[in-house]
Amino acid sequence: MKRRALRPELLFFERNPRRVRRQGVLLPPLDVPVVDPAAVLPAGLLRPPDPDYPDLGELEVVQHFHRLSQLNYAVDEGLYPLGSCTMKYNPRVNELTARFPGFADIHPLQPASQVQGALRLIWELEEALKAITGLAGVTLQPAAGAHGELTGMLMIRRALEARGDARRVVLVPDSAHGTNPATAAFAGYEALELPSAADGTVDLAALERAMDASVAALMLTVPNTLGVFEHRITEISRLVHDRGGFIYMDGANLNSFVGRALPGLMGADAMHINLHKTFSTPHGGGGPGAGPVAVSPALLPHLPTPRVVREGSSFALLWDDPASIGPMRGFYGNFLILVRALTYIWSLGGDGLRAMSEVAVLYANLVRHRLAGAYHLAYDAPSMHEVVFDDSLQVRHEVHNTDIAKRLLDYGFHPPTVSFPLIVHGALMIEPGESVAPEEVEAFCDAMLAIAAECEAEPEFVRSAPHDTPVRRVDEVRAARNLKVRWTPEDVKR
Amino acid sequence: MHPWVGAGLEDRRDILAELGLSSIDELFASIPAAVSIDRLELPPARDEESIKLALAKLSTANLSMDCAPCFLGAGVYRHLRPAVVDAVLSRAEFFTSYTPYQPEISQGTLQVIFEFQTLITRLTGLGVANASLYDGATAFVEAVLFAHRVLRGKRDLAVVAETVHPMYRRVLATYAGAAGIEVVVVPPGADGRLDPQAVRAAAGDRACCVALQSPNFLGIVEDLPALAAAAHEAGALAVEVVTEAVSLGLLAGGGAFGFDVVCGEAQSFGVAPGFGGPHLGFFACAEKQVRQLPGRLVGETVDSEGRRAFCLTLSTREQHIRRAKATSNICTNQGLMALAATVWLEAVGGRGLRELAASCLARSEELKRRIAALGGPWRLAYPASPSFNEFLLLGPGPGAELAARLARESVLAGVPSSLWGGSWPDGILVATTELNAAADLDALVAALGRLS
Repeated sequence: MKRRALRPELLFFERNPRRVRRQGVLLPPLDVPVVDPAAVLPAGLLRPPDPDYPDLGELEVVQHFHRLSQLNYAVDEGLYPLGSCTMKYNPRVNELTARFPGFADIHPLQPASQVQGALRLIWELEEALKAITGLAGVTLQPAAGAHGELTGMLMIRRALEARGDARRVVLVPDSAHGTNPATAAFAGYEALELPSAADGTVDLAALERAMDASVAALMLTVPNTLGVFEHRITEISRLVHDRGGFIYMDGANLNSFVGRALPGLMGADAMHINLHKTFSTPHGGGGPGAGPVAVSPALLPHLPTPRVVREGSSFALLWDDPASIGPMRGFYGNFLILVRALTYIWSLGGDGLRAMSEVAVLYANLVRHRLAGAYHLAYDAPSMHEVVFDDSLQVRHEVHNTDIAKRLLDYGFHPPTVSFPLIVHGALMIEPGESVAPEEVEAFCDAMLAIAAECEAEPEFVRSAPHDTPVRRVDEVRAARNLKVRWTPEDVKR
Repeated sequence: MHPWVGAGLEDRRDILAELGLSSIDELFASIPAAVSIDRLELPPARDEESIKLALAKLSTANLSMDCAPCFLGAGVYRHLRPAVVDAVLSRAEFFTSYTPYQPEISQGTLQVIFEFQTLITRLTGLGVANASLYDGATAFVEAVLFAHRVLRGKRDLAVVAETVHPMYRRVLATYAGAAGIEVVVVPPGADGRLDPQAVRAAAGDRACCVALQSPNFLGIVEDLPALAAAAHEAGALAVEVVTEAVSLGLLAGGGAFGFDVVCGEAQSFGVAPGFGGPHLGFFACAEKQVRQLPGRLVGETVDSEGRRAFCLTLSTREQHIRRAKATSNICTNQGLMALAATVWLEAVGGRGLRELAASCLARSEELKRRIAALGGPWRLAYPASPSFNEFLLLGPGPGAELAARLARESVLAGVPSSLWGGSWPDGILVATTELNAAADLDALVAALGRLS
């Protein structure tokens, strides 16, 4: 449990207030003649000394970050059941392999002959993801899920251009991730919302009406953001393909069916894979992630450059390819994240990955079973790896989903995703993941049940939560109204 | 059974029994048979020792930058990385946490980002910096899109110096088409520097931005005040790209000269070269344009008891809220890399950063002197132009061939300058940092002598 901070942690800029010289990192000795910067650089371009950028000793820096770290909740502390985010264990061996000097200390522009191991690693991970998705090709370049979406949509755009077919609309179900319509807009398309059927899946009749010659693609999350599998997926993709469109599959929820189903069989033309979800690379407090995209044969020619190509037993980089959409970012992807993902996939193997998805689905259904009745189930369809409740039973006591989330902090758990998906009012979206012991899932359920009882007995106590966290409820409205996004020397005088 | 899957076989049986099910397959009944499989075509599970050996075998097939005197740069630099940086990064409270959407239990990450934003504003000379972007190349793309938004899409031309990293320009080309932005490239003058008049002429009256890099791809420091003036005269935003962030230890950021955006790559601040990623992009702009800023932003506020606290703010710009009207496609920042940069900048310190940058400069100047003295086929492409820690070296043959020959002499002499083409001569970009001891310079100069 995160307890109240014993004393406030000063900002870096508030330390060493007398601004005296303290020794930071010791530099290698200057074993060449000293150069006066003003003698070789234009004097007007030089930076004047900054008295408000202090120097500290090493322990002061260590203590600063150590104390800050203790204000954070983390996967290593307890259940982190954020729906759609797949917070799982980040294996320690991943951290070890990613720090091998032969991976961490190589330069992306060394000649290919000096980096054969790195190129092979990229190729091996591509092959593994092809096996997992049943698709024809993979790019590891995208830096995150949304970046992968954009990569996929730009490939679809290029494929349509190549056949001289200008389309302007992308269909996005109303249950989709917010990133989907944003991506469609960035790829130069108009995003058109598709209403869901009563069970939360795609409404085939609505798709039938909307799917005309102006539609470039349907963006679809499988299973969808309610944790429900699109059971008519083959009919959906056949309809879209027959009318000249593409299927973009959002792979954010891949953790629910690895080893159980193949997107390639579902008719996906492009699908991003969040390595920081399904394949255990750390979320890092908000990145770096990695969002590889797997593609069908139709999009294969348009994969981003540079690409790793195998030539017999050696590997090379292909930088120029006129059919490609071009590079999506610098170099070849978040390589050290790729090292972690391959470590994970090779460690679990085919059967381990299948077991991973099975337990993820099992735990979500355990939560669904235990909380049924105490919380209102938004949709009754079968749940895969996550389950969506809403706060309609608690709103009667004027307690909302965000209050329940804050109260969970007092119980020592990270809350579920709240207020998403948008089609569920007051949503509580729970994804336990497969890594924890069953007792941790049960303890979370007990906390949720206790809070449901509190909502009836002492709703005000829930509304004013959290009570026992490093800081109490944070005023987010004030942050936006009185915008203060950096420290300034004037802060000291105030 | 596997240690990373929390439930054993008996646990599974017990849970299935509680759910009233006899087989786990029943939970997957909603997946149609036509798309289902029985098993994956992947090898079986492997134990930790075997995994370490397999990965070590791949890693030792690479030549690490520490194995030979190394002068590789061109956007990725080898600087000191004190042990304290990785020690902080290895704290599970930082690396196993999510985006700080719940501020009450995320003050650690949030305060770090606030400090990162402050450090970047001080280094760039601008009022606002975001929580980081994917990398330097995408930060540059975001800067062009930002300028296009600020001028409300009325100006659809981006004027870009050819000496902006050519790989960055290629990434821009990927995005520009879909955004409806035309890109015009301005080559450098004979001295390798960008001519403000050439910029002014290229911009005409429909440029949304003039973007340039300093120190540029050839290592040369640009005349920032004149270039900002040229951009503004054309009614365009002035964008500075920085790929060697350590240069900001000695050189003032473009904000001091009127640049509207200063962005780039901050890998030099304590992040491993890592074969190109993960690194971190940074992005700073004027306070008045904060609502067009891409990426996450942390603000200061108070909790319900009036104590200082931090939280993500202005998220209405972001796609999970704004959906199709978001300012950017970027969802994550490079949180852990921003942490690395913050620890590094705080451990090195303000005066330390100046001294570190001065050390890079001194070593680069010494190397230039010694190469000039060497004579023969080796010469500096732009001997009279000011540089920070990188310069273009010309020799007997094209750059890629020279780099390969020098590698056989056990020196990683630099990056070929024409990997992506360019109007400049084909040679090697030689980068020098505080880690290049005098003995490294001796080794490079001796190797050049042998190839004369």
